[in-house]
Amino acid sequence: MKYTEEHEWLLPEGDLLVVGVTEHAAEQLGDVVFVELPEPGTEVAKGDEVAVIESVKAASDILAPVDGEIVEVNEALTDNPGLVNEDPLGKGWFFKMKPANMSDIDDFMDEAAYKEFIG
Amino acid sequence: MTDLLRTPLYDLNVELGGKMVPFAGYEMPVQFAGIMAEHTHTREKAGLFDVSHMGQVILSGAPMAQIAAAFERLVPMDVVGLAEGRQRYGLFLNDAGGILDDLMFSNRGDHLFVVVNAACKQADVARMKAALEPAVTVTHVEDRALLALQGPEAERVLAAMNPAAAEMRFMDVATLELNGVECWVSRSGYTGEDGYEISVPGDQAEALARALLAHEDVAPIGLGARDSLRLEAGLCLYGHDIDETTTPVEAALTWAIQKARRAGGAREGGFPGSDVVLRQMAEGAPRRRVGLRPQGRAPMREGVEIFAAPEGGEPVGRITSGGFGPTVGGPVAMGYVPTELAAPGTELFGELRGKRLPLKVETLPFVAARFKR
Repeated sequence: MKYTEEHEWLLPEGDLLVVGVTEHAAEQLGDVVFVELPEPGTEVAKGDEVAVIESVKAASDILAPVDGEIVEVNEALTDNPGLVNEDPLGKGWFFKMKPANMSDIDDFMDEAAYKEFIG
Repeated sequence: MTDLLRTPLYDLNVELGGKMVPFAGYEMPVQFAGIMAEHTHTREKAGLFDVSHMGQVILSGAPMAQIAAAFERLVPMDVVGLAEGRQRYGLFLNDAGGILDDLMFSNRGDHLFVVVNAACKQADVARMKAALEPAVTVTHVEDRALLALQGPEAERVLAAMNPAAAEMRFMDVATLELNGVECWVSRSGYTGEDGYEISVPGDQAEALARALLAHEDVAPIGLGARDSLRLEAGLCLYGHDIDETTTPVEAALTWAIQKARRAGGAREGGFPGSDVVLRQMAEGAPRRRVGLRPQGRAPMREGVEIFAAPEGGEPVGRITSGGFGPTVGGPVAMGYVPTELAAPGTELFGELRGKRLPLKVETLPFVAARFKR
């Protein structure tokens, strides 16, 4: 699993990449009350705002970690946004994308580096 | 955060796991267990809030009738008619009728006790000194903390310390001995729930807070839940829902202006901005603060522009407070709209991330108040 500085986790699954937010991010956000997901089929560029996550405190953007195409989104979050807090690394995943180049994720942090990053 | 002030409960707030943030010049806890859990706890049991950042002011040094008459020249409220042991909600206005601050004031026998917002307190004290001294003495009380105990179990918790607490009705004030200390207590709050606000000497505040928290039904609550609770209760946050650009008529706060100060009343007008306020009370104001209920699940927060139609046209208003209402179980908001669009049920649109999403005008409060009247 890889981690971004925007506190997203990236898990390769065949030729797809599953994207969610880290436990640290979920904790910082507080109770998540709304998630807006992208449309499957959307072509995205690295850094695009592809999803919105709203907690009781504030709204935050989820950015596309790499170039590619959104192929599937976690519809369960629409009805139960609290999954992001309950199981951020599992049932709280956001979307699956097909990266233009899977090797683009090589530059992101591994778990040890991310742990150091969040202190 | 070196320049920030700390309340007498700072160490306790940190010890209890409070996440401290800057607020109105103070380091205040925004949350403890989590905003949602704290909100629900307050609605179901009792929450303890540190509101010591607020300004406490005593007006004294003259007979009460004289103090009340003098203070009446500063606010559009009936102060002269306020009975001993009672509290009222008040407003400081500028000459254009704009709101400079909102406040609570109570008749404590030989003095008026005034509680004002933290961010406005220096200006409020200066305003009162300029207008009232030397006939009335204005004392900014800076050595006392202020606690709020809110929720359906608040009465039972406080009455266990002093049974007289249970005898108080909504907006009563009394001096009660709590945990061995003389406290100035009012039965009021900022959550829509029954509860108390307690002024206690700063050096005794932590002991009192610990004694209250020792009760199994009491949990510490941060500013985050304070905001969602007051929003559901339809209560204004100064600097957001009301400010110098909004009048009491626009802000739907005319209920706070008693008959004696209205047109035809015994002491009509005679407060800053009275021309504008009395004219708007007679003729109406162009816009009005209303409750707004986003029809989808997405919260609409402060700053979201309101439109009358799903496409085209200029914004007709703006959201001034908004978020997720844990008790409502969905998004809630307040904002200003033209008076002709202010009727409950009116369908409007809020623009969120470039999309106009439906919004409905709804009667405030979103959650019914449970005061002990």
